Amino acid sequence: MKDDRGLISAMVPAAARVLRRQVEYDEVVTLEVERPATLTKEFLPGQFNMLYVFGVGEIAVSHSGHPFHQDRIVHTIRAVGKVSRALILLKPGDWLGIRGPYGTPWPIDHAKGQNLIVVAGGLGLAPLRPVLYEVSSAKDAYRSMRLIYGTRDPSSILYQSQFEGGPWAEFGQVTVDSANLDWQGNVGVVTDLISADTLDTENAVALICGPEVMMRFSANALIDLGMREDRIYVSLERNMKCAVKQCGRCQFGPYFVCRDGPVASFGQVDKLLKIAEL
Amino acid sequence: MRTLTDLIVEQGLLKELDPSKIETISGCGKNAVFEAGAYIQKEGDPADHFYLVRAGKASLETFIPGRGNVIFKTLSEGDLVGVSWLVPPYRSSFDARALEECRAIEFDANCLRQHCEADHDLGYALLMKFVPVILDRMRSARLQILDVYGPDGDG
Ligand SMILES: Cc1cc2nc3c(=O)[nH]c(=O)nc-3n(C[C@H](O)[C@H](O)[C@H](O)COP(=O)(O)OP(=O)(O)OC[C@H]3O[C@@H](n4cnc5c(N)ncnc54)[C@H](O)[C@@H]3O)c2cc1C
Repeated sequence: MKDDRGLISAMVPAAARVLRRQVEYDEVVTLEVERPATLTKEFLPGQFNMLYVFGVGEIAVSHSGHPFHQDRIVHTIRAVGKVSRALILLKPGDWLGIRGPYGTPWPIDHAKGQNLIVVAGGLGLAPLRPVLYEVSSAKDAYRSMRLIYGTRDPSSILYQSQFEGGPWAEFGQVTVDSANLDWQGNVGVVTDLISADTLDTENAVALICGPEVMMRFSANALIDLGMREDRIYVSLERNMKCAVKQCGRCQFGPYFVCRDGPVASFGQVDKLLKIAEL
Repeated sequence: MRTLTDLIVEQGLLKELDPSKIETISGCGKNAVFEAGAYIQKEGDPADHFYLVRAGKASLETFIPGRGNVIFKTLSEGDLVGVSWLVPPYRSSFDARALEECRAIEFDANCLRQHCEADHDLGYALLMKFVPVILDRMRSARLQILDVYGPDGDG
């Protein structure tokens, strides 16, 4: 009985007000939300919240805000269906429900003193932004740092101002799958930038987030350069319902993405990523 | 002064070939400079040359009606421009253009094809340098076709 009450309270969202809405690009919006007092636990980079749009439904969304500014909760959302579309339409002053944070964080401490390689694809940059904020403020703690970001075209570069002339310019590289002639940057897939000429993969830890096929190809490119699977981390996304390891909706083989993930080492999940039924 | 052979060795692609082969290859090469915006090759042209980029940036492009020329790959130091010279009908498949001043080693495809025909060891060694580049480009092209970041992708 006591357990049930604990479970129920863990599943009740706290009401939170939208403070700011920023359109990143077509169908992608960042919401800044006031942190409700009842959400007492601070998030770690890589963790996610369950966001509830009243009368519509609830979905998992990663934290994409600054881990040192926990008074506001920041999420970047792409409209793909009913709930995500309702979320991107929220305006400052609107209310939504939040519960969390849930899931495993990126192993940033494990990367201290080593070469940190961050590979992001498309919206996969959002769950990695908290890592980039944290690491940028303590660069000396890492031997080196590299960010490789691949996206569809120049109009879908997430957090663009952070790159050109911004704080990520010195360690970040962007590539797009295709571009018109006015684009001055790299064109080619993200794995084109994973090369021995530019990356120091010895004593390196890699964090990868993006579409599953992009994560698989990127991880394999790093392995080809000599990295071990257990030093490469990926973030899994699966449909999620309870987020507290009860309903099995997010089950991925023996893993529950909500509790054993979303962040996992590539060695743990490599085989599972290739099973069509999962 | 550095000879063309030195310049070829400096570019990673061919450097592991044995010196006599590099000497033969360099006999078919010369230096070339393309101003920003100049075409290095045009789609449909005879594939009489291929290039090793030494400095600067180039693009591979194709024309899409309604969009104009679209870049699908940028190339820089050490990269190869042109693989169509290897097999008949020896016709360039895409446009290649210098995005900024581009210094390259230009190889005469006819000259090299003749050497490869006369010396199959050389032909094999050269092919083994080109095949990984072609495979890599094929892998990239497949990922681009999948459009994994697009509306129907998952990112
Ligand atoms: C741990 C975790 C973190 C996430 N972080 C973010 C984030 O930061 N930003 C963001 O925009 N989205 C994120 N997602 C994905 C988000 O939860 C889904 O897009 C959302 O559940 C879709 O719900 P919907 O009602 O809008 O669409 P639905 O109507 O449920 O689905 C529409 C389409 O989206 C697909 N879809 C549904 N859920 C997922 C999912 N989890 N992953 C991939 N495709 C899905 C469906 O198969 C369907 O094709 C995350 C998911 C997880 C599990």
